Amino acid sequence: MEINKNIAISDSGFIFNPTSGDSFSTNHIGMKVIHFLKEGQTPDHIITSITEEFDVEAQVVEKDLQDFFQMLENYQLIISHG
Amino acid sequence: MDKKKITVAVTGLNNIDSPGPGIPVIRALKESRYFEVRIIGLSYETLEPGLYMHDLVDKSYQIPMPSAGTATLYERLAYIQDKEHIDVLIPNFDAELYNFIKLSDKLKYELGIKTFLPTLEQFEERHKSVLYEFGEKNEVKVPFSKMLFNVTEINDLKNEFTYPLVVKGKYYDASIAATPEQAVNYFYKISAKWGLPIIIQEFVSGNEVNVTAIGDGKGSCIGAVPMRKLYITDKGKAWAGISLGDEQLIEITNRVIGNSKWKGGCELEFIKTKEGEYYLLEMNPRFPAWVYLSVGCGQNHPESLVKLALEESVEPFQNYQTGKMFVRYSYDQIVDIEEFEKISTQGEL
Repeated sequence: MEINKNIAISDSGFIFNPTSGDSFSTNHIGMKVIHFLKEGQTPDHIITSITEEFDVEAQVVEKDLQDFFQMLENYQLIISHG
Repeated sequence: MDKKKITVAVTGLNNIDSPGPGIPVIRALKESRYFEVRIIGLSYETLEPGLYMHDLVDKSYQIPMPSAGTATLYERLAYIQDKEHIDVLIPNFDAELYNFIKLSDKLKYELGIKTFLPTLEQFEERHKSVLYEFGEKNEVKVPFSKMLFNVTEINDLKNEFTYPLVVKGKYYDASIAATPEQAVNYFYKISAKWGLPIIIQEFVSGNEVNVTAIGDGKGSCIGAVPMRKLYITDKGKAWAGISLGDEQLIEITNRVIGNSKWKGGCELEFIKTKEGEYYLLEMNPRFPAWVYLSVGCGQNHPESLVKLALEESVEPFQNYQTGKMFVRYSYDQIVDIEEFEKISTQGEL
């Protein structure tokens, strides 16, 4: 899972893809996930970090994260390696 | 730094809902760091909004319609030159370019008016009707296309095309036809406005991305800024757009401008497919109406064109800002009837 290079994300969660010209908004958690991806963190690490910070079960985070990754892929913001 | 004082004549003052590039070109020149520009507006109609923009256009003249031919145009330009001492002339309409290209040497050597236009060969090569061959020559994909001179030829299209397909006019207009009946309708509608031939083009699905660019005529692309339309009017014109950071698109643009040794400003219109392939849909032989975005991104293409016309050295731009947007607006100018009277009766304002 790799975030497309050049993707810009502002402090307010506004995402801009300069290659396509598309822009999106995400919430606080979405921003966190994208920052983790930018750092090259694995999905497992992201799940652990979120469950440590918030009162939520790992299974729920995993499912939501998969949905979020699917959305990022559809919007050509990440490249999935298999 | 003292700016060099020059006089530049510009056409395309029709800053309407389907705007000509004249006013954006003038705005770019007024912001030049090298030139202090006096603008002579050249108009075809008395209600072109640029005629009345006195903060941008210093003096205006009516010129004959392109159909009047080169001799009439030359005569009118000689009259204007006698009063205005124009250094550089920038035509901005597809339909007038043929006459200006034909006259370019005469304008330069007899009247002292410089232009920086594609050669007649370059102008003809990128016509919609022969764009497919242009693509093959310049290693860029172009949707398959065919010229039609008679509406009955639509019946035979099924052998070479599948529906939907695109029906295009010689200079402007394009519609997507889902059936032969629709293709016939568009054939009549577009040919009534722009004449023949009608161009039939394979429909390629994807996102439209456009590039404003300028070539030095020797194989160098001096500047290129890609843009995606964010809001499109019912006439298919961009009302808002954003500059893109697309290296592949810049690479293709450099190749097209370089291989064809394109001379002057141009607009390349592409479709980017879902698979990431680029198809060149059109190459317009002049700056687009959104060329002012290039200035906003750090590449003043009209200024470069003036420098090239004046035979000054111009280094290619190395970068530009991505994520810069333009958002058009409309604006009602209040004009005294005396001004309208002047341009209508005397042909100058």
